[in-house]
Amino acid sequence: MHYLDHAASTPVRPEAVEAMLPLLAVHPGNPSGGHAAAREAKTALEEAREAVADVLGCGPGEVVFTGGGTEGDNLAVKGSARARRASGDGVVVSAFEHKGVLAPAHRLEGEGFRVGEVPVTRAGIVDLDGLAEALDDRTVVASVMLVNNEVGTIQPLGEVARLLRERAPRAVLHTDAVQAVPWIDVADATRDCDLVTISGHKFGGPKGMGVLVVREGIALVPEIEGGGQERGLRAGTVNVAGAVGLATALRVTHERRVEETTRIAALRDRLAAGLRAALPDLFTNGEQGRKVAGNLHVGFPGVEAEALLLMLDQAGICGAAGSSCSSGATEQSYVLAAMGLPRADALASIRLSLGFASSDADVDACLAVLPGLVQRLRDRTASVA
Amino acid sequence: MSGGVDSSVAAALLRDQGHDVTGVTLRLWGGDADAGCCSVADVEDARRVAAQLGLPHYVFDFADDFDASVVSPFVAAYVAGHTPNPCVDCNNTMKWGRLLDRALAIGFDAIATGHHARVETMHGALELRRGADAAKDQSYVLARLGPPQLARTLLPVGELTKADVRAHATRLGLRTAAKAESMDVCFVKRGERRSFVAGRAEERPGVMVTTNGQVVGEHTGVSAFTIGQRRGLGVALGERRFVVDVDADAATVTIGRHDDLLCDSQPLRDLRVLGGELAPGSEVLAQVRAHGEALPARWEGGCVAWHRPQPRVAPGQVVALYRDDVVLGGALAA
Repeated sequence: MHYLDHAASTPVRPEAVEAMLPLLAVHPGNPSGGHAAAREAKTALEEAREAVADVLGCGPGEVVFTGGGTEGDNLAVKGSARARRASGDGVVVSAFEHKGVLAPAHRLEGEGFRVGEVPVTRAGIVDLDGLAEALDDRTVVASVMLVNNEVGTIQPLGEVARLLRERAPRAVLHTDAVQAVPWIDVADATRDCDLVTISGHKFGGPKGMGVLVVREGIALVPEIEGGGQERGLRAGTVNVAGAVGLATALRVTHERRVEETTRIAALRDRLAAGLRAALPDLFTNGEQGRKVAGNLHVGFPGVEAEALLLMLDQAGICGAAGSSCSSGATEQSYVLAAMGLPRADALASIRLSLGFASSDADVDACLAVLPGLVQRLRDRTASVA
Repeated sequence: MSGGVDSSVAAALLRDQGHDVTGVTLRLWGGDADAGCCSVADVEDARRVAAQLGLPHYVFDFADDFDASVVSPFVAAYVAGHTPNPCVDCNNTMKWGRLLDRALAIGFDAIATGHHARVETMHGALELRRGADAAKDQSYVLARLGPPQLARTLLPVGELTKADVRAHATRLGLRTAAKAESMDVCFVKRGERRSFVAGRAEERPGVMVTTNGQVVGEHTGVSAFTIGQRRGLGVALGERRFVVDVDADAATVTIGRHDDLLCDSQPLRDLRVLGGELAPGSEVLAQVRAHGEALPARWEGGCVAWHRPQPRVAPGQVVALYRDDVVLGGALAA
């Protein structure tokens, strides 16, 4: 099987598996307890927290372990808006945020907040003029992702933060950095952000484990209440093994980032060039110079992406289109729609996403198979019609 | 694979016959009334059954097409005073339309469903026959397919009774073995057709008259009425009254006695011939409802002449024509 869907999820890095195993199989302790076993768990958890803080450029006390990216987004958007209700009512998000941000924003709308959805450009970049218009001194939270999950474009967070300081002095800035970790220096890119979401399984950590960075002094109303864990922001016994797995994967990813990014960019570029050579009429989505190294979002005019993905799957190649909903159906991509892509082009587009586990063999297999499938699909579609 | 027991068993039978089978569930509707035969809620059952059978499974999202090809015509038909059959439209445009086209484009040879009907070769020609289980026969909803579609169709449960199907599912341990049947149109909740239509179309109020022109009531739109309807007329005239005519242009609903509904012949339009001989003057059996009785009639080319007078069929309803248990074709009541 050739796995070209790293933006959906990655394998767990061997280092992370190794680090997690003792915590799953040997150590029984609850980190909140008071005995030796508990202390062991507590030590593992706090070391993980420190490792995460090191990579993300924050203090250990600013790291809140969550149950994944969507949970982090929910806590950041709803938690900060609700905590700042007295100082305003504006919530601003980009139109192509992950559903983990958009759904909470819509929930807040039902609670009386004004929600502004900022348009994005055809290049896949948040429209800064639109953002400036949406912000005002009643804005309490703005959320702009660092890297878009479908087209892989890197958003200008520095500019976003500057606009916020100028126009929305009461607002906190959240960024969903879930898709950014393997590719860019998140600590540097998010230094102006008050809240930063990451998710373990996008960079070789376990699924269902994430971090929300909450800068000191940023108040949040918690979503999950109970025993006061994670500074009262996320109650419940922390998944210690998950935290250790995430921290280990984050450390390894950080150490190898430059080298891996260079290697994967070369693989991605070879894949793109090979496909273009075989299928000159293909088009790509998202401005090429502003994308992360692992993302290739490519369309084949006249081809139905759903059919092509099925054929790729039959040939042992895993790709994706749109974002997967819980039923496994591919939803019409609201991301591509927000970018102004014509509907027919959106339905003809697929995402091939590479990651640390990708190899030359994956690219070779895809290049050997995909052009022929596109051609067959076109020929047969013509003969059926 | 709808997530029901029939298509689950169909997939299992084909697999065991040695076919290279891939499961597909169509995503057709995501609205509030997401029930019926292909709701997203059933996708999980289909996926689990496919996994249990060792078959790959995919979801195809045809929701936009479904809206344009089935839901919008459904609304337009009611507003025009007609009575559509959305399941037949869905079969023609979605399952034997987009799904079949895509399947052939990908390289599959045929599509299969869990319909209770049989595709058989007789005298060198393909025929669509009623399912072996007379009470569950679904050939009516397939009566408007064409011969090219039939040639690419497998209906593996058509040879079985529903009890056989459930028993087979139980033997295989399929989670859908005891699942209840869906009876409703998938996009409209039972009893909410009227509000559904009202939510998607403008309607004019009008009057209700008797067959001799006397105004006996008012209504807010003709879409609430279908020829032959007895309930919900909102008038009390001392004896049972039926809708005998719906004139959308005049926004007038005519009510009358059961006798006023009876006709010697039923005009038809848009006949699609599926197989067999259908020369004018032929004796046929005509079925006007999915689970109605097939009644003897003579095909006159443009209408069927009933052997005994029958109630008028609402315009837009499918009239399936049979010889014995073989489908000759399907037309729409004019």
